[in-house]
Amino acid sequence: MATVGRACLILALAVAVYGVGASLYGARMRRREWVDSGRRAVYALAALTTLAFVVLEVAFLRSDFSFVTVTEHSSTTTPTFYRAAAAWSSQEGSLLLWVWLLSLWSSLVLFLTRRKMRDLAPYATAVLLVFGAFFSGLLVFLASPFSTVALAPAEGVGLSPLLRHPSMMIHPPMLYSGYTLFTVPFAFAIGALVVRRVDAEWITATRRFALAAWFFLGVGIVLGARWSYSELGWGGYWAWDPVENASLLPWLTGTAFLHSLMIQERRGMLKVWNASLILATGTLAVLGTFLVRSGILDSIHAFGASTLGTPFVVLIAILVVGSVALVVSRRDALRSEHHLDSLLSREAVFLGNNLVLVGLAFVVFWGTFFPLISEAVTGTKSAVGPPWFDRYTVPLSLVLVLLSGVGPIIAWRRATASNARRNFAAPVGIALAIGVLLAVATDAASRPLALGMFVAAAFVIATVGQELVRGVRARRAMAGGSIPVALVALVRRNRRRYGGYTVHVGMALLFIGVAASSAFQHARDVRLSPGQTATVNGYQVRYDKPTGRIVSRAGRLERIEFGAQLTVTKGGKRVADLHPTRGYYPVNAPFVPISSAFDGESTSEVGMQAGLTKDLWTAVSPDISRLEPIMKRGDQVFRDEGAKLSAQDYVAARSAALGGLVRNYVANPPPATFRIIVSPLVAWIWIGGLIVFTGGLIALWPAPDGARRRATAGYASRVARELGRA
Amino acid sequence: MDPSRKRKIRLIVALGAAVLLAGALVYTSFSGSTPSLQPSRLTATAQPGQSYELTGKVAAGSVRKDGDRLSFRVQDRKGTTSVPVTYSGAVPDPFREGREVIVTVRKDGSTFVGEKDSLITKCPSKYKAAGQQS
Repeated sequence: MATVGRACLILALAVAVYGVGASLYGARMRRREWVDSGRRAVYALAALTTLAFVVLEVAFLRSDFSFVTVTEHSSTTTPTFYRAAAAWSSQEGSLLLWVWLLSLWSSLVLFLTRRKMRDLAPYATAVLLVFGAFFSGLLVFLASPFSTVALAPAEGVGLSPLLRHPSMMIHPPMLYSGYTLFTVPFAFAIGALVVRRVDAEWITATRRFALAAWFFLGVGIVLGARWSYSELGWGGYWAWDPVENASLLPWLTGTAFLHSLMIQERRGMLKVWNASLILATGTLAVLGTFLVRSGILDSIHAFGASTLGTPFVVLIAILVVGSVALVVSRRDALRSEHHLDSLLSREAVFLGNNLVLVGLAFVVFWGTFFPLISEAVTGTKSAVGPPWFDRYTVPLSLVLVLLSGVGPIIAWRRATASNARRNFAAPVGIALAIGVLLAVATDAASRPLALGMFVAAAFVIATVGQELVRGVRARRAMAGGSIPVALVALVRRNRRRYGGYTVHVGMALLFIGVAASSAFQHARDVRLSPGQTATVNGYQVRYDKPTGRIVSRAGRLERIEFGAQLTVTKGGKRVADLHPTRGYYPVNAPFVPISSAFDGESTSEVGMQAGLTKDLWTAVSPDISRLEPIMKRGDQVFRDEGAKLSAQDYVAARSAALGGLVRNYVANPPPATFRIIVSPLVAWIWIGGLIVFTGGLIALWPAPDGARRRATAGYASRVARELGRA
Repeated sequence: MDPSRKRKIRLIVALGAAVLLAGALVYTSFSGSTPSLQPSRLTATAQPGQSYELTGKVAAGSVRKDGDRLSFRVQDRKGTTSVPVTYSGAVPDPFREGREVIVTVRKDGSTFVGEKDSLITKCPSKYKAAGQQS
């Protein structure tokens, strides 16, 4: 099987290299058959990498330990669900996932545009295939997922237990879908620049891909945050870690691009800006992959030095230099068709939103790469911490949220006083009223930036509410029908617009959650014995009793779990029973059969009561040092006597010994260390995220042809109205 | 005012703001950052009362738990120089001997005291480079 996989990858590399040549030759010589052949090379790449990926997945699902990567990342005790995901937890597997997704998306876009943009499509094909060739090359020469050993080990290392969380199943494919989807508009932008066809056609053709990229990357980021919150045992969801930042960077510039492309489509402005933005986004997507893979920055994820650094640096250098050269050499073709009429116009607000997003991206970029920058400048590697990031990102986000409220309701071209009164009076009034209410009724005023964020978010939600009310009213006046029917019809007529509004509401809610949970969180680390109580923000958390159990899978030890039964009360009333645990995973060490059961990874399962107003979050670190002498004695006994036992008796004796150990812990528990967090409104981060993605889906959903025509007609009449008023 | 002149002024104002922001970024990052050092560099340069970001791996056999307080030694990634570190509070899940850690420390006498919540342990297996076994 491994041979099939290897052959697929070698063929994939050959096909990709051929396709680059065929596309470029076809474009230069204007030979259609060569261009078509280049496009078919992309389809072939997709077929070959699909086959390779299937081979790898099958090996993981069958626990075929003759594959080195299966041995290193999976085991028979790894649950099936996670065995499938383990395929992309390895470096080789994730590179294969990258090129596979790339080839699928590329095939899709080239199929959809096969009769359009005949001049620039071959260049886009070539760019996509260069990425394909690069990653297949890495897989063939540097990181083969199909290296095998002649003598397969009986058991694998297993998937790191930290990754055994449902969101980890989908987090990497989402991120990689986002990264690879961004290469599609990237490639078409390059094609457009090469042939100097810089009207909005390439944007219209690939807009949906940029939106899909933004969508998947966003889902990936939120899932990662969720995983960090519920799995890592520290209670946070964002740490400004380089790898997190790496996924945020293209998302920020991609968000900017999705907004500014509307201005190019409608007014023929910002062409240089749009081209630069999408080139930067594509490059940042590759940079993101590189950061995760190279280990050049100290991060939770990146580990050790990798052999992939140099090829990636070369690729990124080519992308940067090539992008800059293209934009500079085509600057005459990129001249705007219109100029900005007024700073009080939707164009100007969009531009402002773009500048803030790019500013954010720059802050994140600078902070992420600061260790390298400072080493280059001063010779000492220095790092900036989360407070440094917060100092810039908090005010910038505040401005961003405000602008996301202003943008949809300010007029195109030039806003007038009557426009302002008509559109702004109600939302501003509502937001200010909420602000005053919060300042008087709660202690929100003690954190002005958080209060500012609440007000800004209220403003955004109020603007969208106002737009919906007006739209529904107009619709009912025209076509009648009940309110829900009119609402659905309204959204269906202009998915892109109302999808966007939904995204704004979701982001506003998400920011409310972030602001509240970071400004008003109460956290304590305490050491408790059973029966003792700790108080956090008015909640009494009582450590009732310890728990312990052995989890086996298919007759083999998967983990040993120690935990704590907690009762949370407030003012004498019982509010929650929580059960945080910590699982200890074994390593394979036959000479220390007892202590090896605790020598592998260990991971927290948090005990949490999530609610709309606040989360009660607890994690436990049991103190197992008291058990160590007993384990040592057990190891000794098994070393002396174990050889006399039959294999079956040995296994039975070991589980009996481990069972005794667990009972010992439960019977005389030592004090355990707890982290207890009371965090307000965290749930709104996840709810806001879900709403954002719903909005993204609404905007992505293909509009039926008829509806699109009607929406365009409606848009034309609206522009006419607004022009009349201006 | 002549529109092209107005545009020029706007451009200058925008660029000015961008330069100011960039200047602030550069200044605060250089003045507010903590040097990140491996043990051998740390022992040579550490001043009492100053924060450092210590990176390295947890030396084998050095982890002691004393109630709430954890003490261990951090060793150069490639080398044998190590420094003693004490740390209070919850430790990240992947923490163990031989793992790479990042921790913000202050010098206190002959040992280094870890700042609360600053200990980061690198995720060991997920992005492990080929051929490295943990």
